[in-house]
Amino acid sequence: MGLFNVFDVAGSAMNAQSLRMNVTASNLANAGSVSGDPEKVYRAKQPVFSTFTQSLAEQGGVAGVRVDGIVDSGAPLQLRYQPDHPEADADGNVYATNVNTVEEMVNMMSASRSYKNNVEMINTTKDLLLQTLSLGR
Amino acid sequence: MEIPALAQYERALKFRAQRNEVLSSNIANADTPNYKARDLDFGQALKGARQQSIGLTQTSDLHKQAWGMTRQGAQTMYRVPTQPSLDGNTVSTDVEQAQFAENALQYRASLAFLDGSIRTLRMAIKGGE
Repeated sequence: MGLFNVFDVAGSAMNAQSLRMNVTASNLANAGSVSGDPEKVYRAKQPVFSTFTQSLAEQGGVAGVRVDGIVDSGAPLQLRYQPDHPEADADGNVYATNVNTVEEMVNMMSASRSYKNNVEMINTTKDLLLQTLSLGR
Repeated sequence: MEIPALAQYERALKFRAQRNEVLSSNIANADTPNYKARDLDFGQALKGARQQSIGLTQTSDLHKQAWGMTRQGAQTMYRVPTQPSLDGNTVSTDVEQAQFAENALQYRASLAFLDGSIRTLRMAIKGGE
């Protein structure tokens, strides 16, 4: 019965969206981190989603979501001249993380909306299945 | 054994369940880059079903042939995007949600018709009790 696949599809999407929330939380938590060594500075992380299908012809267009990996943002680090900073390098510079707080807030809202959409989808499908079960009573 | 009176609702339910899957895939992939939204065409499903009678016995020339719906007739097609986005994703969440709600309602309608038919049959079996 086709309706049961919806739970897999929505489940995979919820998994992906909650991972995105986790990554956003990690980015926001590290939004203020600085370091004297550009290699050691925290870089904003972003999950990469892709479509997951076993066989498109067989499944008839049913596709879940898979997280391919988490990539570091390539945005430039902010260089700040702060010679009194304990982490400052020989030139008195510190490197601030490239986390963009506004971007992360938008990301968080988008992830939570998408998550809710999937929960609603599961609820509706569950209702349909329960009604089907009580057919003819 | 397939009871002809119930078969058309069964096929309609199958189609609705299938479409529910496809639409849920669209909503699930609302944030996936390069995902193209898909849908099933009801009109095509009906047309495909026209070739397939559900086999009601016609005892009079005035009787009309009854047609059911099947998955074979419905092809998964890509939706024409209303607002294409930079990442190649063509899902408009609002459109998909509306379609999903509509499809769920149609499923419930088919279910109600089927339920009514079953009740009618049971009443006939029990002799109007």
